[in-house]
Amino acid sequence: MSATNLDNANLGVNNANEKQSLLSASSVTCIREERLLFDQLNIEINAGDIVQVEGPNGSGKTSLLRILAGLSLPYEGKVQYRNQSISTCQEAFHQDLLYLGHLPGVKGEMSAQENLQFNLALHGIKSNIVETESTLAQVNLTGFEESLASHLSAGQHRKISLARLYKSNARIWILDEPFTAIDKQGVQALEQLFKAHLTQGGCIILTTHQDLLTFPSQQLKKITLDYTFDSIGE
Amino acid sequence: MNKPMPATNLSYRSVFALIFKRDLTIALRHKDDIINPLLFFVIVVTLFPLGIGPEAQTLSRIAPGIIWVAALLATLLSLDRLFKSDHSDGSLEQMLLSPQPIFILVLAKIVAHWFITGLPLILIAPLLAVLLHLNEQSYGALILTLLLGTPVLSLLGAIGVALTVGIKKGGVLLSLLVLPLYIPVLIFATSAIDTAALGLPYSGQLAIIAALFFGSLTLAPFAVAAALKVSTN
Amino acid sequence: MWKWLHPYANPEVSYHFAGKLLPWLTVLSVLFLSIGIVWALAFAPADYQQGHSFRIFYIHVPAASLSMGIYLGMAIAAFTSMVWQFKLADASAAAMAPVGAIFTAIALITGAAWGKPMWGTWWIWDARLTSELILLFLYLGIIALHSAFEDKNLAGKAAGILTLVGVINLPIIKYSVEWWNTLHQGSTVSKLGKPSMTMDMLWPFLFCFIGFILLVTLIICIRFRSEILARNSIRPWVRTLVLTQTALKENS
Repeated sequence: MSATNLDNANLGVNNANEKQSLLSASSVTCIREERLLFDQLNIEINAGDIVQVEGPNGSGKTSLLRILAGLSLPYEGKVQYRNQSISTCQEAFHQDLLYLGHLPGVKGEMSAQENLQFNLALHGIKSNIVETESTLAQVNLTGFEESLASHLSAGQHRKISLARLYKSNARIWILDEPFTAIDKQGVQALEQLFKAHLTQGGCIILTTHQDLLTFPSQQLKKITLDYTFDSIGE
Repeated sequence: MNKPMPATNLSYRSVFALIFKRDLTIALRHKDDIINPLLFFVIVVTLFPLGIGPEAQTLSRIAPGIIWVAALLATLLSLDRLFKSDHSDGSLEQMLLSPQPIFILVLAKIVAHWFITGLPLILIAPLLAVLLHLNEQSYGALILTLLLGTPVLSLLGAIGVALTVGIKKGGVLLSLLVLPLYIPVLIFATSAIDTAALGLPYSGQLAIIAALFFGSLTLAPFAVAAALKVSTN
Repeated sequence: MWKWLHPYANPEVSYHFAGKLLPWLTVLSVLFLSIGIVWALAFAPADYQQGHSFRIFYIHVPAASLSMGIYLGMAIAAFTSMVWQFKLADASAAAMAPVGAIFTAIALITGAAWGKPMWGTWWIWDARLTSELILLFLYLGIIALHSAFEDKNLAGKAAGILTLVGVINLPIIKYSVEWWNTLHQGSTVSKLGKPSMTMDMLWPFLFCFIGFILLVTLIICIRFRSEILARNSIRPWVRTLVLTQTALKENS
């Protein structure tokens, strides 16, 4: 993979065979509401990469992340996890994937602790009360462990879902606006976490309106989506 | 930073238990969801004597049909909660993206749903049967058909909910999709109760409902899983 | 084995292929239907028991068979779309659903019209009429689900799942309704008996039946073409097609 900051939608696929990329998308096309969001997009993400998807509202950032996570099917093209289609190696891919979408996936009827515990257990990570307490402390939710999530704010819901990142053993993190409703301090803590994740061989794909200035330019790639009105080239 | 141990894959049973426990916990903390369909069931049944007249003979003739139709409608009403809230707060996405097989997750949710809505229905049905002067010989058949039949309603209904969960006004649509599929259960269940009233064996009808139960138990989770993938797309 | 099908997976090729079929289907269906219906109404002998009212049979039976046949066709299309990710199959299923619903309705209405002189009442809970009514509900459910989705591709997939669930249930429903009907035999007067057919009744029936099949294929082809256009409106070939069509209209 070239080490330059590619401010371009097509991140090199030429030397894809040299190394097994963690996650790759080839000629992915997305159409929503009869509008072409992006066309023939090629992306390759390797261990240690952090990819920021940029673009105005409605340019298809969330759609792209959902396609990469396998939640949405692209109109055309395919997504591969370690050179295998994500639909054929679904279990292994999901084992290695952590996706946090717009919605936090937090149940109002359960406490912060129960929510975290369930979300971890769903991914096969067992945790006891002491562990979840310390994890919740890392996202500044000390004192709220026992509160029902319905009594907490939107920002706190997001923190509960972000707490999973501290316990996750998935290498691919796909995060849709992780910094929304998070204070400055929290953002800094998250960036530290991201760096640790990258050095341990993980990769991150995220959308955010923040500038990720603390990441060195050879690590940070950008994908810019434009708001287009074009038709598809055959 | 300490990274936790690599995750081990959960057994089917522990995945099932995990989801089942979670759904029961949520339902028990949100009791309206259990009580409201039950109240609906009781009120619909009491409407019939008021509309038809209190003659014991007429009522006992139509009691099986009334109880079963009311059970169908009550199940239909309660189905909404099966995936709706999970869909709207994002937990459904998380479940679909978990490494666990989707059909087990789905099956656990459906079984939990039946425990919350189907089981109370069965418990209260004999009481309503008394109000409708159901033939004394039919009580056993009523309970048995409900026991075997209401899970079928939950399983088939889950397919409909999974298909409509992403649609804004899916409630009315759901009944249009699901009610025709309920017809066989209705026919065989009411006929079993009628047969029992005559003092005849009704094991044939029960066997057919059991076949419907096992058929839907094996096929519905896969249909639901496929439908959920479409709905969350 | 499926290689020869491959070019038809391209929407543009299928669109033009369906377009070529249209004139043939039009001519043939008009031919068969006009011969069949005139023969059936004017020349075929009246039934010795039911008299002239029996002639509605020439419409009722083809409509009833087609209502089931179209459902089966939709199920096959849904299955192909699900297994082989064959997007055009969804378009064809979407093209079939309303046609199937209309033919189910025709079967019901003609059944009721036939029932009036036979039973003296418009509706009777006859096993076949009841199954036909439930089939109509299934069709309406599929159409409603299809139109509830904004995205045509998702709509096709969702409707496909429902169609497959329905096709598994349909024999069960049919069987249970027949069983229910024999159970409550007292309430039915008599079934819509198939009249014993002589050759001079069979020939016009065959012409009508084939004519209806051709007509259904014609309507489905027209709808299939518009479904393809709607699903591919963003493709350049559709845009050039529309531009040339409007240019042709302006010139003429």
